Amino acid sequence: MAKSEAETELHDLFVRGLDGDAQAYRAFLQKLSLHLRAFLGRRLFGWPDEVEDLVQECLLAMHNQRHTYQSDQPLTAWVHAIARYKMIDLLRAKSSREALHDPLDDELAVFADSATEASDARRDLAGLLQTLPDRHRLPIVHVKLEGLSVAEAARLTGMSESAIKVGIHRGLKALALKIKESAS
Amino acid sequence: MKTDDLVSLLAADAAPVPRRAASQRLAMALLISLPLSFAWMAFEHGVRRDLLQALFWPMFWVKLIFPACIAAAGFVIVQRLARPGVRVRSAWMGLAVPILALWVLAVVAWFVAPQDERSAMIWGQTWRVCTFNIAVISVPVFVAALATLKTLAPTQPALAGAAAGAMAGGAGAAVYALHCTELAAPFLAIWYVVGIAVPVVAGAAIGHRLLRW
Repeated sequence: MAKSEAETELHDLFVRGLDGDAQAYRAFLQKLSLHLRAFLGRRLFGWPDEVEDLVQECLLAMHNQRHTYQSDQPLTAWVHAIARYKMIDLLRAKSSREALHDPLDDELAVFADSATEASDARRDLAGLLQTLPDRHRLPIVHVKLEGLSVAEAARLTGMSESAIKVGIHRGLKALALKIKESAS
Repeated sequence: MKTDDLVSLLAADAAPVPRRAASQRLAMALLISLPLSFAWMAFEHGVRRDLLQALFWPMFWVKLIFPACIAAAGFVIVQRLARPGVRVRSAWMGLAVPILALWVLAVVAWFVAPQDERSAMIWGQTWRVCTFNIAVISVPVFVAALATLKTLAPTQPALAGAAAGAMAGGAGAAVYALHCTELAAPFLAIWYVVGIAVPVVAGAAIGHRLLRW
């Protein structure tokens, strides 16, 4: 089976990201979100509002679980398995049977298209962020929303640089948990 | 929050990630929990006194190697199920083959044995406690395996829990074999297998709920 161009390109970016290359990792996430949006959008055409929420949830899950990827595995299979898991979770929550008529089993389809048009997410991640404790929330707010570097955020909050990094890392895990809770 | 903002946020957390985290964490869990299982067996039941002698009996090795194979296969299957998009494939054979081999051995031993010894081969001296003891001894490995799975990403939580149970049950039975004095293949084919099945069923039931992410 010939690898698709998207597989090769995304795999390369992701593996560099796993080694700590933030630029490659950001490029990977950007391209990945396009693919996810198209993939999920086609399968959730009944609920266009849910698509962007699910894209975000998948991105967060893939980020938090990226240590479960091994570079000898096709990235398509890994991405598809997570997107499928999260989508089934959503469909189950909606306890809808009709939606399952569209087969979810075609893993190659996950990189087949990409969609740039992001509709607004319904779930307010920023709102969920507010419910996190300060040690997680502040690093995320400063580094992300205010665009500060880790060093600047450390100076501003009086936290150490490693505490900022740990705060972001744990905060993202906590955020995924909050999504899980708010869904059930 | 816009998806682009989320992407920048995630990219800010781009620290290097350990490779082969699934098998490493599971190996670590085994390394910590197996001594606990052994300690419980040694403390509560005691290693059999004639262990040195037993080393020369083929059936003692069958009793040790059979559950060890189950534990090893369980390990391979768990670390595969813990990673999204990885199929278990032939690793299932690692569970099926040892069990089938033991059953064949048990049937042969049963037919070869004289009529009046047959019931002793099934019930032994300890059938009442064997299953329970194996299940209890497997608890440390069971807990450690599920706790580790919780940090990974099983997309089939019940199946992953069951495989963790097989790993724990196999390990528990292998440890218990150092105490247990039963040597008949039919006994092992029934009570050891049931003992291992207990954590498997428990793992499926608990995993179904606990391992969602």
